[in-house]
Amino acid sequence: MAEKTQLQVEAICNGSVIDHIPAGNGLNILKLFHILDNHERITVGFNLPSKALGHKDIIKVENVSLTEAQTNQLALFAPNATVNIIKDFRVVEKRTIALPEKITEVFACPNSNCITHVEHAAISEFKIINNNGKIQLKCKYCEKVFNKEIIIDGVKK
Amino acid sequence: MANSLFHKNIISISELSKDDLELIVHTAQELKAHPRNDLLKDKLIASCFFEASTRTRLSFETAIQRLGGRVIGFSDAGNTSLAKKGETLADSIRIITSYADALVMRHHREGAARLAADVSKVPIINAGDGSNQHPSQTLLDLFTIYETQKRLDNISIAFVGDLKYGRTVHSLSQALCHYNAKIFLVSPESLAMPEYILDEYEANNIEYHIVNTIEEAIKEVDILYMTRVQKERFDETEYRHLRAKFVLTPESFAGAKPNLKVLHPLPRIDEITLEVDKTPYAYYFQQASNGVYARQALLSLVLNEEL
Repeated sequence: MAEKTQLQVEAICNGSVIDHIPAGNGLNILKLFHILDNHERITVGFNLPSKALGHKDIIKVENVSLTEAQTNQLALFAPNATVNIIKDFRVVEKRTIALPEKITEVFACPNSNCITHVEHAAISEFKIINNNGKIQLKCKYCEKVFNKEIIIDGVKK
Repeated sequence: MANSLFHKNIISISELSKDDLELIVHTAQELKAHPRNDLLKDKLIASCFFEASTRTRLSFETAIQRLGGRVIGFSDAGNTSLAKKGETLADSIRIITSYADALVMRHHREGAARLAADVSKVPIINAGDGSNQHPSQTLLDLFTIYETQKRLDNISIAFVGDLKYGRTVHSLSQALCHYNAKIFLVSPESLAMPEYILDEYEANNIEYHIVNTIEEAIKEVDILYMTRVQKERFDETEYRHLRAKFVLTPESFAGAKPNLKVLHPLPRIDEITLEVDKTPYAYYFQQASNGVYARQALLSLVLNEEL
């Protein structure tokens, strides 16, 4: 079934496939992880039917292998996403996503008085805290702790 | 062997270990008993208050000069050309720290001191970054608790007033998590202790009680830590109603333990009546003067491999 859904978006020869993204998050991932910046060919599918999610988004980036750190940073948006690395149209590596220890240069701090909003030298960095299953992010600079949902909602606005 | 704080940045109380805290408290005690005027000899410290804070600045500068060090700096960024010329904070810090052996700084934005530490080659001491951290206040609080109770372990303490925005109570709470404290929280509902601090209590098995009045806690506590409930956070009628509940008077001490001491980060406005000053429980002025010794200890340890 997964195979069939994936083919709703054209196969790629070499690169990375981010699959099982909850529908509506595909654009955010493209933007936040700077996937559009490198001018490689990218094909996307939004609101594809998915057995597990109902609807899902998928992103295929040619000639780019996502690093393990990049893969893990997806965890906050799409904890059940999968990342497959493709070579010669074949999956050579299936990555499962694990929560990273920290996430850098992705999210803006929700605290409007945080120094990161006025100083370019202060690069956004959050430590991830797993508080009995409640995922929270602590800003390296202002040390404020936010629930994951607050940070993600800020991105969607 | 170098002491554990040598050449360290002092940005946040949460980064200091239990051993670090005790080293500072014991050094403060030693410097109070046996003053030294040579520990910062030949050292030049920059004291940069991008946001004005007269008491903290004078306390730091007194500490530096009493230890034989010299000071450069400013008391308010409004008096400098930094803001007017539009230089970034990071560049200002790079320049200033190239002149000095350490930088003591206060800034109105949270995280400013951490950014300074990112770009500085000399130690940064955070003297307050917005509503975030003010570690030297916590150190002087701990020193004063130790001085009055002869111990830090198993202290019973009530925090009273604005527990939501008061960074001093947040930082002191974090430090007391090392010492099996028993904590009473007394505040208006709208100024209650934030959830993340309560989470920290629970993670550290700290016993805490949320109570409505000072009287409910007074018989149990060794330390009553008062803070100011700011008038501007309430409408006038609500404030008048609340005020009575969170004001300390000599009558509030009925049944208090003989070793009880009242602390306050100051300035007090009217939450502690003047009559309380004459009781044996008042210790907030000694606490403020202890700030000099706690800051002397901090600066000495950061700038000397061995004392």
